[in-house]
Amino acid sequence: MEIKIFKNFFKRVFSNLFNNKKEIKLGFYGPPNAGKTSLANRICKDFTGEEIGTVSKIPHETRSVQFKEKVEISFKGKKMTFKMIDTPGIATKIDYEDFLKFKVSKKDAKNRAKEATQGVIESIKWLDDMDMVVVVLDATENPYNQVNITIIGNLVARKIPVLIVANKIDLKKTDIKKIEAAFPEYEVVGISAKYGDNLEEFYESIFKLSKKV
Amino acid sequence: MTDKKRGLGKIKGFTIQFLPYSEIRDLNSDERIKKILNIILTNNILILQGRLIPTEEARLIGDTMAMVGYVKEFKGIELAVISGNDKEGFFGKMTKGLANAIAGGDFSAMTIIGPATIVKEMKRNPKKIELLLNR
Repeated sequence: MEIKIFKNFFKRVFSNLFNNKKEIKLGFYGPPNAGKTSLANRICKDFTGEEIGTVSKIPHETRSVQFKEKVEISFKGKKMTFKMIDTPGIATKIDYEDFLKFKVSKKDAKNRAKEATQGVIESIKWLDDMDMVVVVLDATENPYNQVNITIIGNLVARKIPVLIVANKIDLKKTDIKKIEAAFPEYEVVGISAKYGDNLEEFYESIFKLSKKV
Repeated sequence: MTDKKRGLGKIKGFTIQFLPYSEIRDLNSDERIKKILNIILTNNILILQGRLIPTEEARLIGDTMAMVGYVKEFKGIELAVISGNDKEGFFGKMTKGLANAIAGGDFSAMTIIGPATIVKEMKRNPKKIELLLNR
């Protein structure tokens, strides 16, 4: 009897220790140029002082999965540790000629396109490894894009908690209501990763969502 | 099938092919995606009765990306799914979609897939899909 109580006590203590120190794998998914890396950078910079990756106006700037481990986010007296996973944008087509518009050489454009296709494949493979996911959408674009639906459908199928972020609220063309109408079952948080607008609500939602992990 | 046979070089025309769900019902995911890609790679716009399950859609995107750069002139696909009842929202449809997939297909849905060399863009809103073709 005493041994059993002793065992249970240690089990509880170690279980609590483990849970508190557990790193939640937080993925950033979405179509190219929605602002996944900008948002991940903003969070990492705020809490670690370092960025996770480079951002650019050229689509598919992130062409391989990038990590930042042990990112401790503090919000309203609460703390949680995350492994931030920034993924390449998912697209159904990649044409090297699209990169030429950004004054990239033909050779670099072809290389970029090749890496971007690999990036999409890598992003899809990583879906299985996420604890929770932030789907970053460009609030100035039409949300009824099959890529968005496919990403969210795959997260639902894997029972991975999802938060939808409508990025670029600093732009005039922003239409958050359209995103809310497209995904009525999800909480949609409008932010500007570029200027750090409304991040308080974002962190609040992240902490709330982490309870489902 | 060789790249030559697929003829993705200069686009002279295309056909629209309708695929009833019964044609893929008994196929496994690998076979379904192979069948769909074979249709797309021969310059067809595919109209599929029903829809793929989300994991198959992701797999289709992954396999498509693996072909870009390896199949001459292939740049990927344009893809859109439209469902019968939009009042349910996507999640409702997805849940229903998964249940239907087990039962044998969501017949209220329609999937349109075209090669990006032919289809420039598929504009989708809750009520319609518009196909913008490349000239």
